[in-house]
Amino acid sequence: MLMYTLKRLLFTIPTLIGVAVLVFFMLRIVPGDIVEVKLRGDGGNVTQEVVEQERKRLGLDRPLIVQFGDYMWGLARGDLGISMWTERPVIEEIMIRLELSLEVAILATIFATMISIPLGTAAALFRNTWIDYVVRIVTIGGLSIPSFWFGMIIIVSLLTFFNWLPPITFTPIYVDPVANLSQLIWPALAVGYRYCAVTARMIRSSLLEVLAEDYIRTARAKGVYEKLVVSRHALRNALLPAITVMGLEFAFLIGGLVVTEQVFNLNGIGQLFVQSVSRNDFMLIQGMVIMIAAFYVLINLAVDLLYAVFDPRIRYGN
Amino acid sequence: MANLSPTVPASAQFVLPKRPNPILHFVRAQPMGAVSFIIIIIMMFAGLFPQFVAPYNPLDIDFASILAAPSWDHWFGTDAYGRDIFSRIIYGSRTALVIGFASSALGSSIGAVLGIASAYFGGRIDNWIQRFMDILLAFPIIVLALVVVAALRKTVIYGVDVNLIIAIAIPIVPRVARVVRAAALSVNVMPYIDAARAAGYSDARIIFRHMAPNVTAPFLIMFTAFIAQAILLEASLSFLGLGVTEPIAAWGLMLSGNAADFYREAPWMVIFPGVAISLAVFAFNLFGDSLRDYLDPRFKT
Repeated sequence: MLMYTLKRLLFTIPTLIGVAVLVFFMLRIVPGDIVEVKLRGDGGNVTQEVVEQERKRLGLDRPLIVQFGDYMWGLARGDLGISMWTERPVIEEIMIRLELSLEVAILATIFATMISIPLGTAAALFRNTWIDYVVRIVTIGGLSIPSFWFGMIIIVSLLTFFNWLPPITFTPIYVDPVANLSQLIWPALAVGYRYCAVTARMIRSSLLEVLAEDYIRTARAKGVYEKLVVSRHALRNALLPAITVMGLEFAFLIGGLVVTEQVFNLNGIGQLFVQSVSRNDFMLIQGMVIMIAAFYVLINLAVDLLYAVFDPRIRYGN
Repeated sequence: MANLSPTVPASAQFVLPKRPNPILHFVRAQPMGAVSFIIIIIMMFAGLFPQFVAPYNPLDIDFASILAAPSWDHWFGTDAYGRDIFSRIIYGSRTALVIGFASSALGSSIGAVLGIASAYFGGRIDNWIQRFMDILLAFPIIVLALVVVAALRKTVIYGVDVNLIIAIAIPIVPRVARVVRAAALSVNVMPYIDAARAAGYSDARIIFRHMAPNVTAPFLIMFTAFIAQAILLEASLSFLGLGVTEPIAAWGLMLSGNAADFYREAPWMVIFPGVAISLAVFAFNLFGDSLRDYLDPRFKT
């Protein structure tokens, strides 16, 4: 198991290097860089000389291959470089915003888990009844409704029905949990709806599959209470595929946050990413993309390993 | 002894079993799919002939009726420039459909070619393609699209932002490639492929004449499902101000900018475009699901 984990960890390195190479060169296919946006973005009239100077200062005048070597050398030492816009270290820019985004993601996960398990179970147990249909419509809605629009609808509803808006400034949860939650619970709901829908669908289908298995019939035949059949025998196995989906969706929550943070005006990872794209801040884009990819790959690995923990039939590395 | 030789009276008429009309059969087997297909047809009509459906020009600014509430004159109300929201949604369906179809077609086709090639050639080629797809799969869809947007900027040809289409198509490629590869792998071991190889057909002929037709079902399913994703992605990017830009009518764009300033005064500015996005994505999702159940019961989830 340990060997397997180490092997898998090693295999993530080429993927991440690939991500870094791909992003580095993709961003530089088309000429033009941050200096243009920074100095001429608002129609500012700046001489070519000033532009060249700024380029030189940021090291953008060097040959591409040198810049690339420099960047990769930095990466090897765990240095993501310096934001071209704020000129602060990329890692610092990310870290100050990580807490907020991570908290929204965790809240969304809690919300999704709490709702999706009963929802998916009910849909499977009452297959093809109105309960099932309602759950199916609600979950397809979760896949179709854009999370950012759902967020806007939440704001409109809060305004219309309670004449209240969530606070705008971020308070860490250990300082004031009430203020913190009253701000972050709404974006968590907005991104959590999709999360919950995906998981509930998975639970429904895998529970249906498990309920058709022989050992369930055996359990029923020997007179086990239906409640126990479902909770002990069926659900335990049905939740395995759901774990995969939850892991993958957790890693993809950042995608939902990219847009939803904008709606709630949260200064998190998502908003930072959008800002860096609209400012052509290549260093920041690269750094964030590598972090997101690393996060995703690691979550993937964690899910695979968790599988072995929950399902004794699976043993890796033998 | 009974006469075992199969004899048929000369007068007997062979009536071939009637082949069921495929459309009727689909409607009967997948009523939800049929409903979603009707929604799609209506959307397409609105997108193709918006001038017959929309009561106003979507770009007409009317300062006399700014932020008007929904009424008989303006079914969905008007926005901060007095533009009719219903008309803008109708015209917006053209943007959504063009970008949705184009990017899904582009992404799914490239994905399918890569998937089939990967399965057919195997070995080193398979390995390289799969490693590359792994790299692309390490990004959430919207993150990859945003990186492409940042890399390519805007290139507008015939009023369509080509780079936006490319940006939406690229995240689709690895996801389709993976599914098509799996399907193509099972086709690849079929005896008729061996026969074609033994007959000395060229790789291209085997791929296009023998393999491609047999992975059409997963391809079509992915293509439809990704139209939904593409519409959602276009709306998100436009909302962020990195997709379609003013004054083109696009649903995501209608939600961005000053829509948020009028949450209290004009909630209809927020409500209706979002309903349009959700309905479109819902229809394509549902149609994709029904198509999957209809074409290939093995994929049922």
